[in-house]
Amino acid sequence: MTTHRASAFLAPRRRLQVAGLLTAPVAWLGLVYVVALAALLITAFWTVDGLTGQVQIQWTTDNVVEVFTEALYRTVTLRTLGIAAAVTVIDVLIAIPVAFFMAKVAGPRARHLLVIAVLAPLWASYLVKVYAWRALLSADGLIGWAGAPFGLDTPGYGITGVILTLSYLWLPYVIMPIYAGFDRVPDRLLEASADLGARGGITLMAVVLPMIRPAIIAGSIFAFCLSLGDYITVGIVGGTTQMLGNLVYTNVGAANNLPLAAAISLIPIGIIFVYLAAVRRTGALRSL
Amino acid sequence: MQLGPATRAVLGIVTTVTLALIYLPLFVVLLNSFSTSESLSWPPPGFTLEWWGRALQSTGALEALGTSVAVALAASAIALVLGTLAAMALSRYEFFGKEAVNLLIVLPIALPGIVTGIALNNAFRTMMGVQLSVWTLIIAHATFCIVTVYNNAFARLNAAGTRLEDASMDLGAGLFTTFRLVTFPRLKSALVAGGLLAFALSFDEIIVTTFTAGNGVTTLPLWILQNMFRPSQAPVVAVIAVILVVVSVVPIAIAQRLTAKDAATVSR
Repeated sequence: MTTHRASAFLAPRRRLQVAGLLTAPVAWLGLVYVVALAALLITAFWTVDGLTGQVQIQWTTDNVVEVFTEALYRTVTLRTLGIAAAVTVIDVLIAIPVAFFMAKVAGPRARHLLVIAVLAPLWASYLVKVYAWRALLSADGLIGWAGAPFGLDTPGYGITGVILTLSYLWLPYVIMPIYAGFDRVPDRLLEASADLGARGGITLMAVVLPMIRPAIIAGSIFAFCLSLGDYITVGIVGGTTQMLGNLVYTNVGAANNLPLAAAISLIPIGIIFVYLAAVRRTGALRSL
Repeated sequence: MQLGPATRAVLGIVTTVTLALIYLPLFVVLLNSFSTSESLSWPPPGFTLEWWGRALQSTGALEALGTSVAVALAASAIALVLGTLAAMALSRYEFFGKEAVNLLIVLPIALPGIVTGIALNNAFRTMMGVQLSVWTLIIAHATFCIVTVYNNAFARLNAAGTRLEDASMDLGAGLFTTFRLVTFPRLKSALVAGGLLAFALSFDEIIVTTFTAGNGVTTLPLWILQNMFRPSQAPVVAVIAVILVVVSVVPIAIAQRLTAKDAATVSR
């Protein structure tokens, strides 16, 4: 009968109900994640003992200053931004016609199958896809073999390989929001535009594009943010290329300098927050 | 929209080619797992089942598979409890700080994996002084899996509305009875779907895993990463890769069927 009594006690007390529901999840996320994240940001202002390699609680801005002034970090930041931007542009350019075909040209049955066909590889393992591209790009791989009759060679492992692989990895993430965006454009609007004498191209530019802009930006958030933090793809198909993620990784692992790694990780976090703040006004975050 | 046949054809071709390119790399891995070549070279010189036999006898890979399944099960179980509680609170009540709680749930997956990874690594090792082990790995995975359960449960609760719960309470059922007999049965398939997505997410995770698994704890993605660059292992890695795809795509397919079928009946 205790559950009865508890129920009678709780029923009129909505605040207690909320507290009961939220205590466990908020405590978990707060204790495990927020504390860890805050600690990481603080660690960026600590230092490492040169002899023992232990993190020392000694306040300094050296790491942050180093990250923001040294040429190496500027070069890698610009390279990472360039790769992320290229991946985003490639994915958006491919996603728009594909999403348009899925939402507005294909019949209902074909549309259902296309959504499944695009979504399924999204969940096929990240590592397997990168591994597949390592095989494709290798000197005696499929790309070189297919290009040989035309005098083309594989781009091999390097920045081009990284851009190709990352574009491949995030493409489904970009197609889906843009497809949802096209899906929300009512057909009647397109017919009205045609009835009023607009040709396909004009309807596309004047009616459709303004309506799906938030969806395109939502897709770009995935491609851009996911590319910024990557280091495994670069390690597998990038040859000697380095991105910000690699610098963080080496400083945690080999160099054992967590404060410096934390300081470096401030760069992608900062870029992501600036990007999200910039696109917030477009309403893109609501269509994620 | 009035599209010329030429425009339709071009759009159709672009879509077909894109889909073909999406599946080509996965197909190449599948083919490589049967290739007699050890170096992933194209075209495969011949076909053999040898690597599948070797992979199924590889104790390292099988142990990694076991670890992956165990970790994904444990992380999904924790995420199921926490994600459901959070979804109930956020879908049924108005309270101060709702936006903040929402952000809290999304943050572990929104920030780059490497940030999540080193933050947790630092917290476990230097702040709490805990040795990395399979437990720290489970805690880390559960943290970013909460969001998938939450999303599924929240969408279902919103679509279902509160009318049946209100009726149940009006008829004298208490909070817990109402949850057990009314809310939970309608929520069940969304929870199964959310749990399967969490399982797949955990099963496939590599970056956070790198930073939070203890010495000697090897998940399947970690095993692939460790063996990818060993020349003699390449075809075995291809076999494991194929298995990895199957194990992560099948739960997703089931999850999607569940959400699509049940969402239709619940929102009616």
